[in-house]
Amino acid sequence: MSDQEAMDPQTRVVIIGAGHGGGSVAAFLRQYGFAGPITFIGEEPLPPYQRPPLSKAWLKGEANADSLALKPLEFYAENNIDLRLGVHAVAIDRACKTVAVSEGAPIAYDVLVLAMGARARRLTIPGADLKGVMELRTAADAEKLKTALGAGKTLAVVGGGYVGLEAAASAISLNAKAVIIEREHRVLARVACEQLSSFFQSYHAARGVTFELSAGVEAFVGDKGQVTGVKLADGRTIACDAALVGVGAIPNDEIAKAAGLECNNGVVVDLAARTSDPAIFAVGDLTQRPMPLYSRSVRLESVPNALEQAKAVACAVTGRPLAPPEVPWFWSDQFDLKLQIAGMPFDADEILVRGDPDTAKFAVFHLKQGCIQAVEAVNAAPEFMAGKQLVASQKPVARDKLVDMSISMKQVAV
Amino acid sequence: MAKITFVEHNGTEHVVEAKNGLTVMEAAVKNNVPGIDADCGGACACATCHVYVGEAWVGKLDKPSAMEESMLDFAENVEPNSRLSCQIKMSDALDGIVVILPESQH
Repeated sequence: MSDQEAMDPQTRVVIIGAGHGGGSVAAFLRQYGFAGPITFIGEEPLPPYQRPPLSKAWLKGEANADSLALKPLEFYAENNIDLRLGVHAVAIDRACKTVAVSEGAPIAYDVLVLAMGARARRLTIPGADLKGVMELRTAADAEKLKTALGAGKTLAVVGGGYVGLEAAASAISLNAKAVIIEREHRVLARVACEQLSSFFQSYHAARGVTFELSAGVEAFVGDKGQVTGVKLADGRTIACDAALVGVGAIPNDEIAKAAGLECNNGVVVDLAARTSDPAIFAVGDLTQRPMPLYSRSVRLESVPNALEQAKAVACAVTGRPLAPPEVPWFWSDQFDLKLQIAGMPFDADEILVRGDPDTAKFAVFHLKQGCIQAVEAVNAAPEFMAGKQLVASQKPVARDKLVDMSISMKQVAV
Repeated sequence: MAKITFVEHNGTEHVVEAKNGLTVMEAAVKNNVPGIDADCGGACACATCHVYVGEAWVGKLDKPSAMEESMLDFAENVEPNSRLSCQIKMSDALDGIVVILPESQH
């Protein structure tokens, strides 16, 4: 497609998936001057909203539907964006360039954007369908969880990843109890280094969260259809009032696969977020994307990643030059801790810690041949910001300065 | 309700009304003002909502927190009137505030 064609005001953009990624594609298209019709197909009843606060501010009652919404409802009408909420996209016909939907006639597109996201991985064990066994992906999930939490209640969290740790921290702030059950010998095993795992575990433990590590889950047990405990492989049962399962996510790539688009743990896209069909883009948790910084492709589950790809789509459609790839980054809030991560520790051969974890203000740097590949910073904004720049530049860093707190990160980064 | 004027790097102005308590960043995002990306949604985690506060308004704002200062320290083209707009809460005292957007947030 040439730029001229792309900017044709008759170009019809259809976006499947009304999450953070899809919503941002629509917003950036309008910011960049795209004037054609945009149709949104979203399964949830809500217009696009931010998911990160669901496990944090929302559970604690510090966010409401308005503050969660990506844009106010009027935005869509004012910007000629047709919101088709509560509608499922059933199939993509690439030859006819239409999307079949659960309600109404097929919708024609010139440019199609896939933003279906990922869904929570479910456990196929006895009792998984008991009332009170939950997952946390959507506002509806969060509302159910919020109702189940309360003073004196016990939340069992299966899976010691970010969602689990954040939900446990929120439960504690609501004067509920939380127990984290993790298959590996440490929390955050798949996503963070040992130092960070042990820090977060101690910090949570000191605030009342209990842990069952290296623990297999056999079943959920219940009474009258309501979950009352989690049965472990060693025979013990952990009593609970509700159980949250946070054991990873699976990309919702079924209709893309069925349409013959190249998929490999997600829809495969290039740096412009284009799929193997030039008329179809894909963004966010759904995608397997190139990461030139690390010479590989990855599937990331993060808002910054979805936003970067949303911008790439809007650039491609409006004929703007593509911005250079960003350093991937992530954040998590737990209790009074702000964790900020930049980069990914691929092929790292050295770990350096700056600051003292006992002060809850430190950073872990992952180096490869003297260059920073990733930084995990706890309450340490300068380390995160400077680290992110050093990941981008791949300039070798002076090790002695990096671990010396008396030397500012500004000086380390020069 | 208080008025905020956003001035894009190219001079384009956007005037929006914001409820008291809303941050300048939230007002920009909800009104789709270009140039404020706010990747982290207001968690003071990303510095992609950097603005220059109109000189007349700088003194009316609360001083930045240590966290905000450290984030700004590493943002691009920082000036003495630089702030993260997610940390500026609107109130009657700020009715009419003018903020200027940087050329880019990265």
